[in-house]
Amino acid sequence: MHSKFKIFLKGIIDVSPLMIPVIPFGLIFGVLAIDVGFTPVQTIGMSLIVFGGASQIVLLQLFSGGASSLVIISSVGAVNSRHLLYGAVVSEHLSDLKLIWKIVISYFLIDQAFAISNQYFKKTKERNKYFHLVGGGATCWIIWQSTTLLGIILGSAIPEKLGLSFAVPLTFLALLVNDFRKFTNVIVIVVSGLVATFGYNFIPFKAYIIVAALTGLFTAMILTRKVNAK
Amino acid sequence: MSNWALIIYCGIITYLTRFTMIALVKKEMFSDRMREVLSFVPSAIFPAIIFPAILINDLGLFQIDNNPKIIAAIIATVIGIFTRSIIATIFSGLVSYWLLIFVI
Repeated sequence: MHSKFKIFLKGIIDVSPLMIPVIPFGLIFGVLAIDVGFTPVQTIGMSLIVFGGASQIVLLQLFSGGASSLVIISSVGAVNSRHLLYGAVVSEHLSDLKLIWKIVISYFLIDQAFAISNQYFKKTKERNKYFHLVGGGATCWIIWQSTTLLGIILGSAIPEKLGLSFAVPLTFLALLVNDFRKFTNVIVIVVSGLVATFGYNFIPFKAYIIVAALTGLFTAMILTRKVNAK
Repeated sequence: MSNWALIIYCGIITYLTRFTMIALVKKEMFSDRMREVLSFVPSAIFPAIIFPAILINDLGLFQIDNNPKIIAAIIATVIGIFTRSIIATIFSGLVSYWLLIFVI
């Protein structure tokens, strides 16, 4: 029991630095949701039910642009399809768990928790390692719900000029610090980034994220095959 | 469709993207080769969020000139390479961005 709690705590500590940019992100989401016409209860409901920052912002953008429900739902699915890859990566470490735990943990499989727990899983042999993901996910959950609420309350009192939206790409940039020194990773990063940028306006349903990610993975596959053949 | 129905459908599809692989993929399916390729997942996904957020402006247009986000992101990247610290990367990026838009 003790070790479960310790691992849970470690998850909280490891994910903490990543929570700093989530604060402005949640605030922006709260403000924006009210702005485009959701009620405060619906806004909180969205953060509770969807619990996925990037896709919630996409939802709002499309909603305010008058997109049909079908377009909105498929776009949210496309943006979040990256979780399929996260799930594939962590499933190796979770496959012995009972179904009920898999159901619970899936709710917490978010970018930040995935990033730090994936690193932790690779290093540890601990049987209860999955508590790390729960700790990281729960921390993010609390921050996301409370900042959504704060955004609803503060509303337009938050100056747009602070450029807080820049905090979002910055979080993801920080998650890559360990990959910048590896040559293959840098190529994958550049390929994925360019495909996403140039596909942004052309790939329908906001699917540019998954298209770019798969192109990046395919590049990694080719590059690593070459190295192995030597 | 009501707002609530929309939220719930988006919630269901999001949850399924998280649950599907965890439920379906078994340990035995992993080979060293697959592990190696999957280790590139962060490098393959995060740039797809980073690059457009920095290079494409609010109007949906590609913007390289007069774009402080690019400079701030480069500074954050350099700091990240040298410190390997998540906090230092985020702070250097935000601080240099604010310096660029408010001071310079």
